[in-house]
Amino acid sequence: MSSTIGKNGNQFIHWFKFSSPATFYPLAGKLIPFFWALAIIFGIAGLWISFFVAPVDAVQGQGYRIIFIHVPASWMSMFIYIVMAVWAGLGLVFNTRLSAMMAQALAPTGALMAFISLWTGAFWGKPMWGAWWVWDARLTSELILLFLYLGFMALQASIDDPRRADKAGAILALVGVVNVPIIYFSVKWWNTLHQGASISVDKAPSMAHTMLLGMLLMALCLWMYSIAVALMRVRAIILERESHADWVRSLEGVK
Amino acid sequence: MSALLAVIRRDLLLVMRRKSEVLTILFFFVIVTSLFPLGIGADTALLRKIAPGVIWVTALLSTMLGLQRLFASDFADGTLEQMALSPTPLTLLVGGKIAAHWLVCGLPLVLLAPVIGLQFDLDASTLGTFILALLIGTPILSLIGAIGAALTLGVRGGGVLLSLLVLPLYIPVLIFGAGAVYAQSVGLDVGGHFSVLAALLVLALFFAPWATTAAVRIAIE
Amino acid sequence: MMWNSPADFLAMGGYALYVWSSFGLCALILILEPIAIHARRKAITQRLRREIRAEKFDKEGMK
Repeated sequence: MSSTIGKNGNQFIHWFKFSSPATFYPLAGKLIPFFWALAIIFGIAGLWISFFVAPVDAVQGQGYRIIFIHVPASWMSMFIYIVMAVWAGLGLVFNTRLSAMMAQALAPTGALMAFISLWTGAFWGKPMWGAWWVWDARLTSELILLFLYLGFMALQASIDDPRRADKAGAILALVGVVNVPIIYFSVKWWNTLHQGASISVDKAPSMAHTMLLGMLLMALCLWMYSIAVALMRVRAIILERESHADWVRSLEGVK
Repeated sequence: MSALLAVIRRDLLLVMRRKSEVLTILFFFVIVTSLFPLGIGADTALLRKIAPGVIWVTALLSTMLGLQRLFASDFADGTLEQMALSPTPLTLLVGGKIAAHWLVCGLPLVLLAPVIGLQFDLDASTLGTFILALLIGTPILSLIGAIGAALTLGVRGGGVLLSLLVLPLYIPVLIFGAGAVYAQSVGLDVGGHFSVLAALLVLALFFAPWATTAAVRIAIE
Repeated sequence: MMWNSPADFLAMGGYALYVWSSFGLCALILILEPIAIHARRKAITQRLRREIRAEKFDKEGMK
């Protein structure tokens, strides 16, 4: 798959050039600093809004500010899982190694986001609702999401043959995808402890604009961070799995 | 259809020849559920409260113990590859093996439930709900568990890894299955719980054999 | 300004433990994760360097 296909100048075809680990590796290397810069910019802006612009909450005082970490981390944990499952599924369907490596690279980051979501949720829940943990639908399904990430990582770690590990992981990831809509819609379907959705696609948000802005900026920060970190990790994975290839052995820093 | 029945018959025949494999699993179920009344003492109110959860969790664990043997021996002696090569769709054959697994590991749990329930001092209507919930729930456990069993075929540390993969997927069945029994015991409506259980069963029936077959093919190649 | 003094900022209206534990953990993870990946990368590059040196040695003998 190289530029011999792209003779007609079609932009779309050129993307396939990067579906080989050898060409994607340098591209990823160039993109990483870009995403780190974006992550830092959005992070500074988001933290500024979170701590110095967003007003005090009438009911929860200053404690509500945890929302600026909790909600973005939760969004990212769900989003990364879906992206991971898509990459894994693409790897399964098209039999491409790089897609599977991308899924492998995303899993630990997603797991950490889920962990942050659960931790910050607990530290928010304790002062506001009196409990570190309740078994309501959203918390339980977020916990299941963390277990799914860990199961995905454990399965791939246990299978020696990398291609078999890729495909088996893909099936597991796809089976678990059904959990993500459950997390998202659980607050609508079950009226339990976790508060309902304040932000939806079709209605105006029911919170102050500065709070919403803070959350969106922090979400963007975590998103850019996740991309940067996933690209870093996939480069390490590429080196590990393609170590026999000539292009790896002739890399600066290795030869 | 006849291929399906043939596979079920074969698996049941194999189980009959080595009954101990299955009887130990059922024995596990009975013993572990008995440990709780023994450990907690005669506090019947407490026993009635924890019964749904305890019995369901033990059913989950027992089903999981049985999952190991679902594909392992056929994988080891090459029968699974023969099944994949045969003209009959592999999904059908896999479905047959899952059905046999349920008949051997799931259905006995349903039949044993009344006996277990008596140890926890459950009343008749609660026992009835229990049997029905297990009847709907245990096939789901076999179906979802088969995916995990196929994914971990021949993998190092397979048993524990299987638990890690499958137990998170079992959690919804546990929540609604135990929830149904608990609701019945306190007199609340069980319709909602059973609807969800039935929906889970339909979903599992549609997707699990398919996913299991894909996982089996990956393990074989 | 939102805060009357740095002390007020750190106290977070009494919720200091919860707010700072949350942000603190997140910051910790966002720092440790890239470090871990860097360590992983270093491990593989060092291993490859050793392997290449060993192969060269096998081919060319003592120099």
